[in-house]
Amino acid sequence: MAELTVRRLWKEYGSQVVLENLNLTVADHEFVTIVGASGCGKTTFLKMLLGIEQPSRGELLIDGKLLASEPDKERGIVFQRYSLFPHLSVLDNLLLGLELQGAPLLGKLFGVRRQQAISKASELLNAIGLYHARDKYPSQLSGGMQQRLSIAQSVICEPKILLLDEPFGALDPGITADMHELILKLWESRRMTIFMITHDVQESFKLGTRLLVFDKLRHDPQSPEAYGASITYDIPLRHSKPARSIAA
Amino acid sequence: MESSNDIQLLPLMPRLINFHPRRSSALALSALPFLLLMLAYLFGSSLRLAENPDDKLLPALGNIFSTFRQYAFEEDARSGEVLLWLDTFASLKRIGIALGISSAIALSAGLCLGIIPALRATLGSFVTVISMIPPLAILPILFIALGLGEVSKITLIVIGISPVMIRDLSQRCMELPAEQLIKAQTLGANSWLLVVRVVLPQILPRLLGALRLSLSSAWLFLISAEAIASTEGLGYRIFLVRRYLAMDVILPYVLWITLLAFSMDWLLRIASRKVFPWAEV
Ligand SMILES: Nc1ncnc2c1ncn2[C@@H]1O[C@H](COP(=O)(O)OP(=O)(O)OP(=O)(O)O)[C@@H](O)[C@H]1O
Ligand SMILES: [Mg+2]
Repeated sequence: MAELTVRRLWKEYGSQVVLENLNLTVADHEFVTIVGASGCGKTTFLKMLLGIEQPSRGELLIDGKLLASEPDKERGIVFQRYSLFPHLSVLDNLLLGLELQGAPLLGKLFGVRRQQAISKASELLNAIGLYHARDKYPSQLSGGMQQRLSIAQSVICEPKILLLDEPFGALDPGITADMHELILKLWESRRMTIFMITHDVQESFKLGTRLLVFDKLRHDPQSPEAYGASITYDIPLRHSKPARSIAA
Repeated sequence: MESSNDIQLLPLMPRLINFHPRRSSALALSALPFLLLMLAYLFGSSLRLAENPDDKLLPALGNIFSTFRQYAFEEDARSGEVLLWLDTFASLKRIGIALGISSAIALSAGLCLGIIPALRATLGSFVTVISMIPPLAILPILFIALGLGEVSKITLIVIGISPVMIRDLSQRCMELPAEQLIKAQTLGANSWLLVVRVVLPQILPRLLGALRLSLSSAWLFLISAEAIASTEGLGYRIFLVRRYLAMDVILPYVLWITLLAFSMDWLLRIASRKVFPWAEV
């Protein structure tokens, strides 16, 4: 269960207003896609959900409680790049979350518990089609493989909310279709709430159950930084069955 | 029409920067400067010896070999020790201990400075300033404060190389992409786990790199300290026999030191490749 509430949220950097007066309630297991012009504050919004940026005003609540102001295991993140650990093999990258949470002293699991973790990870490796590459290092993987691993790495920890910042932006179209299938499958089976920023409007319609469009409501040509962006459209996309959206 | 000429010439004569020698010829090429140096020495030595058979500056090779054999395999009449090994052991022990201590200091301090912003604000410029002190200038202080024994020599090396290593390692920590640290936190890492599972393993190969870069300074400080106050050691021996212009001792000792330094560098490189394969791919 994770219901997210955004209440009168503002974000300013110095005199620049980036986001103004965001209000939003997102139910559990929603797939929210976010689109908007470049530089309008989408990543900033995601960073606040993640806890690495703080709101200037307003509140972010998860199930009625204030969101922790540091990243934690309730919220997973997949960046466009750099979110894998170059010194760990594919398998170890996937195990990392389980090990960090299962062994607070050394961050490493041994014996039976390690075997259990490995079998859990192997299942997911099969699901993302990387089982054959489990002993490789991230730098030996293609961009698409890296992104699949990065998603799985977050998903294995079963976060309530998964945040994706243009996760497929750097991938070519053929691979993107596979990635869509994968993310929908995971979203369906793990019952997370997903927030995904994308530049691709088609993608946002195909994947989301709800589409948010960020844009400025007011614009002052004399001082473009005076007003920030808000959610100008909040469009329910009435398909919750992933099977249909893939067929579409 | 110059450009069309260019295009025609290209397949025949690649630009110098694009010409890569083959493996076999690269090996031969790299041996060339050594051979040339050797030849130059032989030439100069024979010239001088022809003029004055007692010349000490460039002794003949045979002369060098016999002295080296004496130092390496025969017991010294006065001390009853085989001098080369006595010196080598003393020097390696000093430099080994110093490198170990410097690594421990650089690793812990570099890590802390690199990942704890408050500590970096406090100590960052301090370390930078400390690293600018010429270590040899404080050698007298060390001798006065710590005596003429092993401690002051090891301390000199540690003071000489660890500030730079600390700066290098903390720089590496800060270069880790913020995305990685954030991601690890979302996977459940606290500060401690972040260090042991994410940061430390990624800067360990860098530690070996920093050690390799510090080797030449470490030897410099070792030999300086030994030259001034010591009773054995490679640097001590060189400076001792300097009084008799014993080039037949000094030259093989210098070669031996070079060989030791080179081997240490080589071992560190091999170790890095073996232990941290991910850093190579
Ligand atoms: N740390 C910061 N300090 C100052 N200004 C910032 C900071 N981060 C972002 N901004 C500003 O906030 C605005 C929104 O940035 P943000 O990265 O959220 O845009 P975005 O919608 O994600 O754009 P894109 O689609 O290009 O990724 C930009 O004008 C940017 O200059
Ligand atoms: Mg962005």
